[in-house]
Order: sequence, then C-alpha cells, then structure tokens
Amino acid sequence: MKWDWSAVSDFMPHFWDGLLVTLQILALGSLVSFVLGLVWALLMRVPSRFVTWPVGAVTEFVRNTPLLVQLFFLFYVLPEWGVTASALTTGVLAIGLHYSTYTMQVYRAGIEAVPVGQWEAATALNLPVGRTWTAVILPQAIRRVVPALGNYVISMLKDTPLLMAITVLEMLGEARLFSQQNFQFTEPLTVIGVAFIVISYLASLALRALERRLAH
Amino acid sequence: MTSGLWELVLQGVWVTVQLLFFSALLATAVSFVIGVGRTHRLWIVRFLAGFYTEVFRGTSALVMIFWVFFVLPPAFGWQLVPMWAGTLALGLTYGAYGSEIVRGALAAVDPAQKEGGIALSFTPWQRMKLILLPQAVPEMIPPFSNLLIELLKGTALVSIMGMGDLAFSGNLVRLALQESAEIYTYILLIYFVIAFLLTRVMRGLEKKLKAGVGKAPVRKPDTELKRPEATNVGGAV
Repeated sequence: MKWDWSAVSDFMPHFWDGLLVTLQILALGSLVSFVLGLVWALLMRVPSRFVTWPVGAVTEFVRNTPLLVQLFFLFYVLPEWGVTASALTTGVLAIGLHYSTYTMQVYRAGIEAVPVGQWEAATALNLPVGRTWTAVILPQAIRRVVPALGNYVISMLKDTPLLMAITVLEMLGEARLFSQQNFQFTEPLTVIGVAFIVISYLASLALRALERRLAH
Repeated sequence: MTSGLWELVLQGVWVTVQLLFFSALLATAVSFVIGVGRTHRLWIVRFLAGFYTEVFRGTSALVMIFWVFFVLPPAFGWQLVPMWAGTLALGLTYGAYGSEIVRGALAAVDPAQKEGGIALSFTPWQRMKLILLPQAVPEMIPPFSNLLIELLKGTALVSIMGMGDLAFSGNLVRLALQESAEIYTYILLIYFVIAFLLTRVMRGLEKKLKAGVGKAPVRKPDTELKRPEATNVGGAV
C-alpha cells in the first residue's frame, strides 16, 4: 500500500471547497426538512381524512424509496416541467424533502408528548387556535425534539455525498474529480472518509452537550 | 416504453434483489458478531467492536462504496467483482447499524435470566446461545425490518459505480427515451412495492419467532413509523 502525502496536500484546497459545499447543503437541507416536516406534522393533525390520507401516503412513499432516485427524478423531471434550478438547489430540495418525512415523525411525537392539561388550559383561557399552537404547544413540543432533530442532521450529513450523482461538487465530488485528474484514488477518498467520521463525531458530541443543556 | 426496455428494468430488479439478499446476509452476520462482541467480558473485544461501530457508522455509505471500488484494488491487490464489492461495502456499513440493534436487544433481556444461567453454571457461550439469544432475537425483528428497508434504499447507491441495478436501469431508459418523468415514477413505485413486501415478510417472521417463545407480537404503529430511532441509521454516533 503506497501512501503519498504530496497528493494529500495537493488535494487539500479542493477538500476545503468541497467541505464548504457539504456544509451549505447540510445547513439549507436541514432548514428545508425542519420547516417541511413541521408542515406535514401539522397537516396530519387536521381532523379530515381528505387531508391526512394524501399527506400520509405521500410521506410514506417518499420515506420508503431511495433518495438517489428521488434526486434523479427532481434533477431530470423538473426541467421537463419548465422549472429550472441549479443542481445544488435541486439537491437541497430533494434531501430536505426526504428528511422532512422523518422529521415529521419527530414533531408528531413531540406534539403528542405535550401534556393534555396544556391544551385544556389554552381552551380555558379562550385562546384562539393559532395562538394555542404558536404560544403554548409548539414552544414546548419543539424544545423536546431538538436532540432527535439533531440526529437527523448527522444522518443528513452522511447522505450529502449522494448529491455528487447530480453533478454537485461537494466533498466526494471533489475527491472523485481530483482522483480522475491525477489517477490517485487512495489519498483523496481516505481523507474525506476520515473527514466524515471526524465531523459526525464532533457533531454528536455537540449534540450531547446541547441535550444536557436543554434537560435543565 | 417498449418490451425491450421493460426487460432492462426487470434485470435491474433482479440485480437489486440479489444485492439486497447478499448484503443483508453479510450485515446480519456482522451485526451479531459485533453486537455480541460488545457484551464480551474482555475489554479489548468490547473496545474493538465499539471502534468498528463508530468507524462504519461515522462515515457515509457512498464514501465506503467508493473506497471499496477504488482504494481496495491498488492498496491490497484485491479486485472484486462489482456485486461483491457492493455487498461488502453495504454489508459492513449496515452491519454496524445492526450491531446496535443486537446490543440493545441483548441488554433488554431480563437480568434475572442471565443470573439464572450463572446459577446453573452455564458457560458464557451456553448462556448466550440457550438463554439470551432465543429471547432477544424476536425483539430484534421490528428494528431489523426497518434497517432492511434502509438497506434497500442503500442498494441504489451502487448504480453510481455503474452496476446495473434498478436505479441504473432507470438511467438507461431515460437516455433511450429522452424522457424522465414516466420511468422514474415506475422505478420509485417498484422500490416502494419491494419495501412493502419486505415489511410484510418481516412481520410474518416476527409473529413466528414470538410464537416460539410464547409471546404475541405487539403491534405498535410507532415502531414502524419511527424507523431511524429504532435502527439508529443516522442516529448519533
């Protein structure tokens, strides 16, 4: 096994570029999934079968099919429908949509965990529905689910390399490009492999610290 | 879509099913070896098993696939057939997630059962084989069922390496027809149907195994819906 440190130092500038894109995808994708997941979770509570059934079916479908094929779908089909978006935007939307079907379950659990007395108190105080949600239920529910949402951010980090398949140059995309130009596969691929382990480990430490803080 | 193109898709389905089968076998073997290793009485075995879990859960499955395809051949002189390279990468990665399921289920067995085994002077291996595993395995089935679906979704990754699985056949048909909405809808539907069938099979298996230890399956919709919480796919490292 040959290990060439000069290849590592040559790759590092590309690595930082890729890392930046990966973190961008992660931040924007998390935002999309947090917002969309909350929308799904709230729609699932609408007391009408005509709303809950389609939302439930669509999210179940998205959760049970591969993210990669969903990426291809959005990347190739949206332009056919006349919607043009950059590869990065498409990727962020796809990954955000995919993970929103997971975060909706987290929100649902959080909302169900709010004690029923809180609902009754809101009714007793004659709060309108909107205010009950925004001022009473959601602040308590979301505080509870922050650690679980954080787990999905780590999970999403490990799915960001899929965006390479739709030409986004994130870490793996940069590594592949560099490998093909220089015929050195070992170093860049190992560097990003280690980078993933380090980032997800640091993220899980940060998450544990956050969890402890929220517990008080 | 012509019949020739459908044949291509069917070949893709076959490759996906084969890959799923082999990598599920490898992942199960890895899960049990590593999961049982984490309860071993020697600290070095526990440490190594824990290290394995951290490394393989910490990195991305796709990066692992790239590594097996591109780094393994020059580094060790092993050139694997794509099917085995894909099986190796997926089996090792998802096995790391599975080992957490095994460990959790073993830890959840009533401690009195283990103490009973010690009192009867069973060897550690006998305790594992005769007391702990028969009770723990039925409890592992629902999270393993969820992990299997995650693995099915993971098999699509090998199409990036040019392996002719279902996702890859979708790309070929798209190139042939210059039209993507229809074929990708079909591909997604096929994946969904496979996932649905798998959950049914696993549910039957759970029922059978639980009947073997005199329990009825508890059907909690939550365990199916909260997939990543149950499997730790993407859970905190």
